[in-house]
Amino acid sequence: MTTSERNNEAVRRLYAISESIYDQLEQGKIPKMVLPLRTKANIRFDKKSNVWKYGSQKGARSAKKVQGAMMLLRTSYMLELIRDMINNNRSSTLREAYYISEGWGKAKFHSQDESNMLAEDLEIVTQCLREDFKLRPEEDGARVIGDLNIVETDRKGKRKALNCRDDVGDSGYGIPYNVEKEKVELVSTSAKFVIAIETGGMFDRLVENGFDESEDAILVHLKGQPARSTRRFIKRLNDEMNLPVVVFTDGDPWSFRIYASVAYGAIKTAHLSEYLATPSAEFIGITASDIEAYDLPTDKLTDMDVRALNAELKDPRFNTGYWRTEIETMLKLGKKAEQQALAKYGLDYVTSTYLPEKLSHLGIMRK
Amino acid sequence: MPSTSTAQRLAKGQKEISVSEFFEKNRQILGFDSPVKSLIMGVKEAVDNALDACEEAQMLPDITVQIEKVDQKEYRVTVEDNGPGIMPTSMPNVFGRLLYGSRFHAVRQSRGQQGIGISATIMYGQITTGKAATARSKVEGAEAAKEIDIVIDTKKNMPVILREDYIPWNEVEHGTRVSFYMNGRYVNGRQSVYEYLRQTAIVNPHARITFIDPDGKRHFFDRATDVLPPRTKEIKPHPDGIELGTLMNMAKATKERSLVKFLQNDFNRVSERVAREICSASMLPETTRPSQMTLESCKKLLDGIGQVKIMAPQVDCLSPIGGNLIRKGLKHVLDDVKPEFYAPPVTRDPKVHSGNPFLVEVGIVYGGGLPRDQTVQIYRFANRVPLLYQQGACVITKAIENTDWRRYGLEQRGGSGIPFGPAIILVHVASTKIPFTSEAKEAISSIPQIQEEIELALKACGRHLKTHLNKREQKNKTRAKFEIVQEIIPLMAEKTAGILGKPVPDLRGTITKIMDVVWIDSSVTFEKGRHKVDVTIYNYTPKQQRFSIHTIVPNGCLDEKRCSLAPSEVKDGEKVSWELPRITSTEIYKLSYELSGLDAEAYQDVDLYVSGINPVYVMGADPLPGDWDVEGLNYTESEAAEPEPDPEEAEEEPDYDESGEDLNDDQ
Repeated sequence: MTTSERNNEAVRRLYAISESIYDQLEQGKIPKMVLPLRTKANIRFDKKSNVWKYGSQKGARSAKKVQGAMMLLRTSYMLELIRDMINNNRSSTLREAYYISEGWGKAKFHSQDESNMLAEDLEIVTQCLREDFKLRPEEDGARVIGDLNIVETDRKGKRKALNCRDDVGDSGYGIPYNVEKEKVELVSTSAKFVIAIETGGMFDRLVENGFDESEDAILVHLKGQPARSTRRFIKRLNDEMNLPVVVFTDGDPWSFRIYASVAYGAIKTAHLSEYLATPSAEFIGITASDIEAYDLPTDKLTDMDVRALNAELKDPRFNTGYWRTEIETMLKLGKKAEQQALAKYGLDYVTSTYLPEKLSHLGIMRK
Repeated sequence: MPSTSTAQRLAKGQKEISVSEFFEKNRQILGFDSPVKSLIMGVKEAVDNALDACEEAQMLPDITVQIEKVDQKEYRVTVEDNGPGIMPTSMPNVFGRLLYGSRFHAVRQSRGQQGIGISATIMYGQITTGKAATARSKVEGAEAAKEIDIVIDTKKNMPVILREDYIPWNEVEHGTRVSFYMNGRYVNGRQSVYEYLRQTAIVNPHARITFIDPDGKRHFFDRATDVLPPRTKEIKPHPDGIELGTLMNMAKATKERSLVKFLQNDFNRVSERVAREICSASMLPETTRPSQMTLESCKKLLDGIGQVKIMAPQVDCLSPIGGNLIRKGLKHVLDDVKPEFYAPPVTRDPKVHSGNPFLVEVGIVYGGGLPRDQTVQIYRFANRVPLLYQQGACVITKAIENTDWRRYGLEQRGGSGIPFGPAIILVHVASTKIPFTSEAKEAISSIPQIQEEIELALKACGRHLKTHLNKREQKNKTRAKFEIVQEIIPLMAEKTAGILGKPVPDLRGTITKIMDVVWIDSSVTFEKGRHKVDVTIYNYTPKQQRFSIHTIVPNGCLDEKRCSLAPSEVKDGEKVSWELPRITSTEIYKLSYELSGLDAEAYQDVDLYVSGINPVYVMGADPLPGDWDVEGLNYTESEAAEPEPDPEEAEEEPDYDESGEDLNDDQ
């Protein structure tokens, strides 16, 4: 389907929602909209695609409650906004959509979370992507450095070939918010694997140490919890270039979740897991056992950290022997460590010792 | 024999110790056990006396308390009242002798009981600072006031006057001023002089209290009413629960020559018939001479008393504050926290403990600026005196802990202990004799009869609170639904119709399905001495409705000419009924009426009742009680009905979680 075909299909499906609300009102019913429950308890492992998706539990958003009624009302406003943007060939960021709602009177969003959530709900119900709705995130994806040849179609429609190591500055290639084939074509690479890194500091360390060249790696900066486009880009490198993917993060409960959203799919976007998650991605650290094995400088777990770990014990995605051990070890230690704590042993330690040890263990690198 | 000589030697060492000497050595018994507390005790004793004196003379109390700092440890306390004054000849004994007082032998409610307080305070001051106290008093009509500097000879329990003067005190007609020096410490907070005076103002709404603190700042608690509490009457002891020793003493001392006359004339609530019944129940001849009664026969008599039902003592020996004044007092003092609700206070009928009549009053204040995440504040009072210390040892606290507050809308772990929530619980115990746990008068002993009465009063007042909270919740729920049908659904219809290019649908079906209720809302406004009540009736059912609405107004206050619809009936001047016209589906009907001649706070909540309609479909009004036609509708004690479960609630899908809490992997 072309972009405009997809846009038209999106409008058609959104109309169906409007019609359903209208019909319920006309028949004197209490309007409602049924959609999958977006909770930890309702994600299931899909054997076919090896990722976590929403299960079969459904919830009703009904006009019986103020919150539900408000969301239904906003749905109609959102439909109108999307229809108008498609007709006029415009687009807006999610944040702009939130501000546009200022003009909706009673229906306006009270926080951007509300507007983001509604956009995701509409994706789920229509099985379209928010890009089809002309909505885009206000932030682009993160940075990439490594020997990768791509062709990007720029904003003026010109195709530009570039190498993600030689044709970019030290900050690397910026992943655009749309990384579909029509925008970014992956051409060739000499790299043997992809390493996705949580923090900018560590990404820059590996760049400075020339890790991409010395070990034939593509470095991807995750920038904390990775944006959809970053995850999609990693998935395409894995699928189309057949590159193994490893994830390198801090050693704390939130980093475990970063890995989970790259490899298993995030709870929030479980409707898109098949499209965003890279099931074969491996977690290399910092693991809870690294903290002891490498005798790393640590911080105490905060109350929030402990709560997060305990929540992970109840998260079906972490219900494996490996993760149980990791989480329980961290709880027992009561400590967490940053990636950059490895600098305790010198600036080269991470590239000369830590990563080679970890990667050879996985068979990705030979010592 | 050595043992005899030891006994003799010991006997030589035994000598009488005077009461004052005893208290000097054991001052914690009187409550002077810490510097902070001593200062509060000093103020308390002087203020108690001032209030007692004013009330006895039926004068509206006007009391000024001043505390000045002398040095690091020493303070000077001055308390002045506008009471009747003390006769010059009595002054030395009142201020300088322990156990000297007018009330020790009286069966009657007053703040002071034993005549220890003010003299003990002066003694404490004298011990800690070495300085004499100064008392000045002027009786009505006297040309001058007498002023004395006084110390106490603790060995002899006798006053020693150091200076004696008559001075003109022309600014006042009559009154008393006492000032003394004492070691202490001035603090703020829950146990402080300020808090003591604040709570005193709550339960003495007829008093005006001015407080000048050590920084010179004036705090003013104005009186909330000009009506003095009625003078309490002295009564004879009530036979219920009287102690054997007291009974024997009374039998020895009586002038009566026969048991039946003794019972009839020396006791409260004993008629000739009751006296005879007691005699026969005790198996003692009616002619028994009281003075010759043995321990055995006294025990028999006590048994007999226990078997006969004797009327409770009359109220007039007690001085309850009364619901209206408790509310006024609380309002007056709590103005700054703007509580959301003052539960109508409960005053129980008098009961008896150990022959002493007592009664219990309870008030509850809820919400507003009161802290939500702490235990409730407990205000304890005994004979209108605040109790600030020994909360844990007090029967009031025990009764509160023993009550399951979860039933009344407060949080309480496990259904016992001090509850949590934004509330103040006020308990006042009034009695001719308060059974304190010690002479310091800080806590009331756990007498079962008293605890039971407090619990009953707490429950009755708790029910008012629960009714209010239920109403509030119901209102909030209804408001939310109202918002849906009045605002959100019409907007939704308009918008979808606009998008689809179709006409806006008729929404009555949806609206009545969401509400399916007749909603009755009321509001009261007070202006120029009149209450205007607006009642709005929304028919959000799919059908037309025709029914009657009823309310109770304070007797004779309804202004029938100012009703938007003439009442179909006004019964006993207080029960008002209206037959409403037919209200079609989704129609709104407004009714209003006015009341005149009431205080603003006398009418705040409108209690509405409906008849001629299934009450399940009505929100904001209760079904007409079955005893409406019977006189004196007792709606204070009725439990609030549990709201009907919403039949729509049971549905296939659970409600969609709109909070999105579970969704975020980050943060």
